[in-house]
Amino acid sequence: MGKEDKPKTIGDKKTLWEQAYREETARHPERLERYSTVSDQEIGALYTPESTEKLDYERDLGYPGQYPYTRGVHTSMYRGRLWTMRMFSGLGSAGDTNQRFHYLLKHGETGLSIAFDMPTLMGYDSDHPMSRGEVGKCGVAIDSLADMERLFEGISLDEVTTSMTINPPAAIMLAMYIAVAEKQGVSRDKIGGTIQNDMLKEFIAQKTFMLPPKPSMRIIVDTIEFCTKEVPRWNTISISGYHIREAGSTAVQELAFTLADGIAYVQAAVDRGLDVDAFAPRLSFFFNAHIDFFEEIAKYRAARRIWSRVMKERFHARNPRSWMLRFHTQTAGCSLTAQQPYNNVVRTAYEALSAVLGGTQSLHTNSLDEVLALPSEQSATIALRTQQIIAEETGVTNTIDPLAGSYFVETLTDRMEQQAMAYIEKIDEMGGVVEAIERGYPQGEIANAAYDYQRQVDDEKKIIVGVNRYASDAETSIETLKIDESVETQQVERLKALKAKRDNDTVKKTLGALRNAAQGDENLMPRLIDVVKAYGTEQEICDVFREVFGTYRDPGMF
Amino acid sequence: MAVKRRIRVLVAKPGLDGHDRGAKIIARGFRDAGFEVIYTGLHQSPEQIVEAAIQEDVDVIGMSSLAGAHNHLFREVLKLLAERGAADIPVFGGGIIPDEDIPKLKKEGIKEIFTPGTKVEDVVRWVEKTIHPRE
Repeated sequence: MGKEDKPKTIGDKKTLWEQAYREETARHPERLERYSTVSDQEIGALYTPESTEKLDYERDLGYPGQYPYTRGVHTSMYRGRLWTMRMFSGLGSAGDTNQRFHYLLKHGETGLSIAFDMPTLMGYDSDHPMSRGEVGKCGVAIDSLADMERLFEGISLDEVTTSMTINPPAAIMLAMYIAVAEKQGVSRDKIGGTIQNDMLKEFIAQKTFMLPPKPSMRIIVDTIEFCTKEVPRWNTISISGYHIREAGSTAVQELAFTLADGIAYVQAAVDRGLDVDAFAPRLSFFFNAHIDFFEEIAKYRAARRIWSRVMKERFHARNPRSWMLRFHTQTAGCSLTAQQPYNNVVRTAYEALSAVLGGTQSLHTNSLDEVLALPSEQSATIALRTQQIIAEETGVTNTIDPLAGSYFVETLTDRMEQQAMAYIEKIDEMGGVVEAIERGYPQGEIANAAYDYQRQVDDEKKIIVGVNRYASDAETSIETLKIDESVETQQVERLKALKAKRDNDTVKKTLGALRNAAQGDENLMPRLIDVVKAYGTEQEICDVFREVFGTYRDPGMF
Repeated sequence: MAVKRRIRVLVAKPGLDGHDRGAKIIARGFRDAGFEVIYTGLHQSPEQIVEAAIQEDVDVIGMSSLAGAHNHLFREVLKLLAERGAADIPVFGGGIIPDEDIPKLKKEGIKEIFTPGTKVEDVVRWVEKTIHPRE
């Protein structure tokens, strides 16, 4: 675009500013040679109306609650209803976590979110050799319906919604949740919540995998199909960028790979013969809120715009609810530091603010001690209060999408969209994300970005306060939560007692029916509900899956 | 001209923990420093790690743990190395390891523990200083 096209007054004053800027920086060089985001996007000194000349308000931004949803998915946003303050928690045994749930509900939390321990996430019972030393460590141990019943004791499942962060065994946990609800007298069409159920990002980033990609996709589509018919208020997948970012990706990679995963799930469900408008409204997303404030806000705004266009133009969805990208956000665990841990409260607050300014539907704020251990009750409370201060005191919720029209934010939003689309096109050319994963493409891109970032930190080109600048020798010791080793022995004993007490013939029979279903192509969900109601364990079910479908092993690239 | 053997290092991820960002960065840093690197990939049992270390004839083992199971897993690897007559292979660790666990682990034979915020270069230097490739 030629300079002569620009409005004269701006052009003149801009030329004056540019000249002054050159002179100024020649006399006093800027602090840095190059200014860039945490993802290494170069950022200019100034953005002006010229930066957003091509922006078409109606086409690119529109109004809140209207296509393309850049300004938010709801008409009145936080003036109508605040985001859900959903704190991820889970520790030790189901009884311990149940106590934490009651505590959080009493302090104003509005939705539950379960963290499971590693054996549960990987499809092993607490007594498996690989579970040694890991039971209850980074979340709650769930072996069978009996544990799930204890987890929700005193909590009525028609009064809360629950998010379960679990992937390979997600369908099993959903089956258990349905069974607990039905035992409470709550029918399955009345329960609400989310299972993460996003295996693609497991292969890409988080690495809790069990079965190979193709059977994993089949089970996911089974849950979509089942919930569409029977559990209409359930969010069937939380398509997650969080872990992609935590594994070291850039903001653009997080955006691109997450949306590429979303495209793959929609395509798989459409291929099953489902009507896109029947299931797409129940898909939700999960993003990271990293420390680079404006980049994150631009990321959320770009995400909504890209997804609505993909759903409308690529998948021909007609229901506006299918076009909306609703998302949960968690502040960036990887931005927290073990050094000077109280600084983490400040980091988390800025990150949370970016999520709110970006229009999130729900939010988890990390606790200051999460880099060291599971959060203590006190630090989890500060993290929840951080959200409440943003909501009730700062005034940022008074108006909708307050940063719209900012020359900088709109420029960055466009740039994120363009760069993400370039990745998505590349993945399409490879034949889709499953093929890209099999080639190691997203994994390699993330590993490169993570290594580059670490080099920049080591070279002090990126600054982390308290780590490579403003470090101090004074030790800050904070009280951290310890999970007693007795959690493991007690859980193993409970499991043994359960296996002795239950009707083992029914367990065997229901597991046999599950195996037959897995070998064929019938929907697995009703079979899973039968097994869990008979107190078949998570691992007994997963062993059937592993036998029928095989297992996936980490290729060990670095 | 006698060429000194390059340091062979096994980077290992014991247990079910899936956090491999640090392990992969360290593995690359070692490779860039000229070490021969064998990376086990995720979800390795202590038995698998010890077997790989012996099979690959490594000079040192580095283990990464971020999900709280380090005490059990690191100890188990040391125990199995001793049982297999390979206690001479030094072992170091990294990840989320609470301060109070570090002296205990060192006393039991873990040579060093690197916690978050450590520069890759510092780990490389420690290995170069401490590990002498076997002939």
